[in-house]
Amino acid sequence: MQLQEIVEITILPGITRDGKPEGFDRIVISPGDTLSIVGPTGSGKSAFISDIEMFAHHDTVTKRTILVNGTYPPEHFIRNPAQKPVALITQNTKCLSDLTVQEFLGMHVRSRKMDETGVINRTIILANEFTGEKITASARMTSLSGGQTRSLMIADAILISDAPIVLLDEVENAGIFKEKVISCLKNHRKSLIFVTHDPLISLLSGRRIVMKNGGVDRILEPGDEEREAIAWVTRTDETLCQMREMIRAGELIRSVSCG
Amino acid sequence: MKLLIIAGPPSAGKTTVARQIIKQYLPDTRICYLKIDVVRAFEDIELAEEFHIPTKKVYSGDVCPDHVGILVLSDAITWAEQEKADILIVESAGLCLRCSPFLTQSLGIVVVSAIAGIHTPFKMSAMLGLSDIAVVTHTDLISQAEKEVFRERICEVNNSLDIIETNAIQGTGLRYLFRAIENQEPVQDPGSITLLGAPPLGVCTICVGKREIGWQNHFGMIRSLDNPDFSFRGD
Repeated sequence: MQLQEIVEITILPGITRDGKPEGFDRIVISPGDTLSIVGPTGSGKSAFISDIEMFAHHDTVTKRTILVNGTYPPEHFIRNPAQKPVALITQNTKCLSDLTVQEFLGMHVRSRKMDETGVINRTIILANEFTGEKITASARMTSLSGGQTRSLMIADAILISDAPIVLLDEVENAGIFKEKVISCLKNHRKSLIFVTHDPLISLLSGRRIVMKNGGVDRILEPGDEEREAIAWVTRTDETLCQMREMIRAGELIRSVSCG
Repeated sequence: MKLLIIAGPPSAGKTTVARQIIKQYLPDTRICYLKIDVVRAFEDIELAEEFHIPTKKVYSGDVCPDHVGILVLSDAITWAEQEKADILIVESAGLCLRCSPFLTQSLGIVVVSAIAGIHTPFKMSAMLGLSDIAVVTHTDLISQAEKEVFRERICEVNNSLDIIETNAIQGTGLRYLFRAIENQEPVQDPGSITLLGAPPLGVCTICVGKREIGWQNHFGMIRSLDNPDFSFRGD
């Protein structure tokens, strides 16, 4: 099985914390799909993406099974991170390697045995589209802010890991341009799965998976129904982003232009 | 009885991995646990209280814990057999990382923390080189890129190693460790178990408590700063 051949991921139901079966038949995720996993803290959101990340085979606490193109994937596919079709961007935005951005990306490129030409630069350029704080090739990884690190990790997942499925755990917490990230990942035909509390990300996702008591409680497909809310949240979010940049730049905010 | 040797640097998560193994196989399996440490250890008491299994600990004191581990191991096997154990887990402190406590007729598990830094696999090459499985812990705390680089570095040291990435507290990914334990052959002949690799030379006057600095003040295997060749001085 090659990465390029990945068509879809199928999630088969498991059990809730009380041992009751989950109330869905199957969830199929195709390239370019966006899903948000929502629900209160402790409702099982992280376990849900962890099942996808490790290709659960009825052997996790949730008893879910994850299929790739309708069958259970071969072991090397799951165990070798360089072949694994899933990239997880965790909540953790610390980078432990005390290297420059260039060295760090170079190390990753070499460990994947890729052709190095240009990909490091392209990754840095892409990362800069996701954050207002400029990332340079010579900056040290350990001195990057949370937003910068996360932007770089997302760009790395797109261009270097090149995984068809990207899992993002509470991406909103790091001060990055969410909408840009989503549209860029969509353009690259990635399947996106967000664990999120953020209204904009939740509304921009095609489907919302509502978690409760360790299991999937509901699957919402709002379609056009939330059009009005999306327009309002998008405008508000833009306003808040502008304000954030102004506050950072030390400016006074004398007027608010929000639809 | 199966023999599992778990080794790795302090705080890598050796006991957490041991705990996951015990949890996985109780109550249908009898498990004994031996901890070898230097001055203080509590794991034997904690695991005995938590799981009601027979445990023991050995303090090595002034002697290298891996040396002591080798000295007490045949007694430990006899003890575990008397306890009718199906699995004996031996956890070793493995302090200087130059030693490799792994044995024949057993499953060698090295536990290494992903947050220890990307050069760590090279520094632990003696241990990684002779183990069967590397359990990489704390992988939930590092990025995808770092995880891949860490794995690549372990492969550079030992390409045939079975690498298992885990958040050991949650037990994610440990299914492959459990499978290896299930496939492990029991000990056939305790009398013929040997170390897989030779331990480093450790007999010197520093070992026996002579505290002056400088090779001029010592006997045994000595070297100066600039001459990389060791020479032997003494009787």
